[in-house]
Amino acid sequence: MAWREMTLTGWGRVHQARSRAARPERLSELQRALKGAEGTVAGVGAGRSYGDVGLNGGGSALLTTRLDRFLSFDEATGELVAEPGVTWRDLLDTFLPRGYLAPVTPGTAFATLGGGVANDVHGKNQETAGSLGDHVNWLDILTASGEVVRASRDQNADMFRATVGGIGLTGIVTGISLTMARVPGNTALVHSRRLPDLDSTLAALMEPRPGQPYTVAWVDALAGGRELGRGILEAAGPADGFVPEKQAKSLAMPLDLPGFVLGKAGVRAFNALYWRRVSAAGSEARVPWRKFLYPLDAILHWNRMYGRQGFHQFQCVVPHAGGPYAIRRLLEAFGRAGRGSFLAVLKAMGRPGPGDLSFAMPGLTLAVDIPNRPGVEELLRELEHITLDAGGRVYLAKDSALTPDAFRAMYPDLPRFRETLRRWDPEGRFETDLARRLRIREGA
Amino acid sequence: MGRAPGAREAMRAATEGTWVILGASSPVARAFAREAGCGADLVLCGRDLDDLGRTAADLRVRRGRRVDVVPFDALDEASHKALAAHLEAMPAPLSVFLAFGSMPEQAEMDADPALAVKTIQANYGGAVSILQHLAPILERHGTGTVVALGSVAGDRGRLKNYVYGSAKAGLHAYLQGYRARMFRKGVKVLTVKPGFLDTGMTWSAGPLPMAMAPDAFAKAVMKAVRGKAEVVYVPWPWRWIMTIIRSVPEALFKKTNI
Ligand SMILES: Cc1cc2nc3c(=O)[nH]c(=O)nc-3n(C[C@H](O)[C@H](O)[C@H](O)COP(=O)(O)OP(=O)(O)OC[C@H]3O[C@@H](n4cnc5c(N)ncnc54)[C@H](O)[C@@H]3O)c2cc1C
Repeated sequence: MAWREMTLTGWGRVHQARSRAARPERLSELQRALKGAEGTVAGVGAGRSYGDVGLNGGGSALLTTRLDRFLSFDEATGELVAEPGVTWRDLLDTFLPRGYLAPVTPGTAFATLGGGVANDVHGKNQETAGSLGDHVNWLDILTASGEVVRASRDQNADMFRATVGGIGLTGIVTGISLTMARVPGNTALVHSRRLPDLDSTLAALMEPRPGQPYTVAWVDALAGGRELGRGILEAAGPADGFVPEKQAKSLAMPLDLPGFVLGKAGVRAFNALYWRRVSAAGSEARVPWRKFLYPLDAILHWNRMYGRQGFHQFQCVVPHAGGPYAIRRLLEAFGRAGRGSFLAVLKAMGRPGPGDLSFAMPGLTLAVDIPNRPGVEELLRELEHITLDAGGRVYLAKDSALTPDAFRAMYPDLPRFRETLRRWDPEGRFETDLARRLRIREGA
Repeated sequence: MGRAPGAREAMRAATEGTWVILGASSPVARAFAREAGCGADLVLCGRDLDDLGRTAADLRVRRGRRVDVVPFDALDEASHKALAAHLEAMPAPLSVFLAFGSMPEQAEMDADPALAVKTIQANYGGAVSILQHLAPILERHGTGTVVALGSVAGDRGRLKNYVYGSAKAGLHAYLQGYRARMFRKGVKVLTVKPGFLDTGMTWSAGPLPMAMAPDAFAKAVMKAVRGKAEVVYVPWPWRWIMTIIRSVPEALFKKTNI
């Protein structure tokens, strides 16, 4: 098996790690690579996690992107079996023309299914559709012993619960069975509406919307006072019929933008413009699923926009009870620090995820980009406290700053997760920088 | 319920017979099969049958076509005969993508003459054998394309890679004659000389300049299949790089370490 010394980087470009990396091209090579790997091992997908969850400094990294085959598809039931390196982009390109859409997708189509399982990702339809794990029938997992084990809700159920959202610590996912959703066309009917303040934004987010399972609010993280929480609500559902989708060529962000472009004034102006773009009365448009689900994918390497120092993304979920108050406090904290990004994303969640460490819980989730500047640690600490106070949790796929104590308090099923690790990986073969930072294996 | 206008139906309509992929477990061959599967049925050939089975499943899901898996070993002539027999029954015309090969470290071969001979056999002898076996079928169909992966290593023997390079040089010469033979029957023979490709073969060398991803390579080769040229470098700048490398006088070249 061929190895290469390389530096892997989180999507936010703050965290980096030197690892010995292999990129197997077949299952047998993956197995050989695991056997031959020195030290601890982490599976790596497309590297779309923002922080250090997919990094393993000083250890080995097994890149799964070349394991990218579909293994079967049942047109009648929608059941798809795929290798872990298949991306949501592959799913869209292959199945949307036939009338199937991934039941759940993150906001980038470049993520892999293996990485998606490991973070138990969610989409704009979480409230009704749940998280990715809710649509997974079974997983094949290459475990520390070198064996491939099948896990589902009935078979090796402990392994299934630990692997869904288990941030790669139970082994390398080698096969995923997932049920695709039927859609009547390749577009979404998207309704956009401008909302003047936080109360109206939250109220709009919570309205029941039959036929519109996808909702998201883009909130101006820098508007303060009476305008705090002003935003745009997008609600969407599947539209009938297929229209030609112009394969718009992706633009690439060629260079790191100089820091001043993202200065306070620049961001404020952008946000105000963005907000005014949508009329107060609302508008309706037919938008290709690709464009609606993956607005940022049109610009490759958009993460370079934040310059060389990189950025953090903070995402938390807070339960409905006390949720609006917590969201207000979080937005106020951004406003005080003056470092919110272009936009904050606010969504409702309706179901807890099926994994021990799944992020989702019924409530409100807020995600904000924060440029990496001096003082950012204090801000992240404050956000962590507000989240913890509200009984919420921080999303590990985005995290780079959580403390072990806060993590333990936010993820109450951690003891069960550790027990499963003890059973399946007693020697601690699988490790990541995040797992070390949060001391996930201690006591495992 | 509506359907995407055209996409899959158009793919099916444009059946161009059968593409035979020799050495179908390599990432480059897998990528090429995905391209070829847009217009033709496929026969995947190689030794790792479990892996070929997975690739076949992938192609059936993606392209909705007939995909067969046939065992093939460059070093086993009996498998060449059996493959030719299998192909008699596939939809005409036949096209061939020859991508098998093996590239041990030169140092290993310097220490083990038998390995050097085996490498010649796997890269050159095997290619000659299977192409000779397939020639009568190709000639009978009187159309189709043979794509064979040569190598820039075959353009000039080098200290670091001369056994493998000599096998590819032999293949290049063989293909010139084979092209003349096939031309008389309407079959196109395309020699592709890959530069650096971003695959497991080059992974441990670290990031290489202009290394091409397999899917981009496959698209470029498919373009060449439809084009006029009969010997192509992919990526194309290698044509100029090799022109320069070939022009270095032997007295000087033998002193280099490349
Ligand atoms: C623009 C953008 C939008 C996003 N929007 C959303 C969103 O809406 N909702 C959401 O939930 N997330 C979102 N994310 C986060 C992203 O979906 C997750 O971080 C996802 O896990 C990334 O997948 P990846 O393939 O890049 O995995 P990586 O980031 O490479 O790895 C993620 C984790 O998965 C593990 N892993 C990878 N492959 C395997 C495998 N085969 N077996 C076992 N473990 C493995 C790694 O060890 C690591 O712990 C977004 C990210 C971006 C950049």
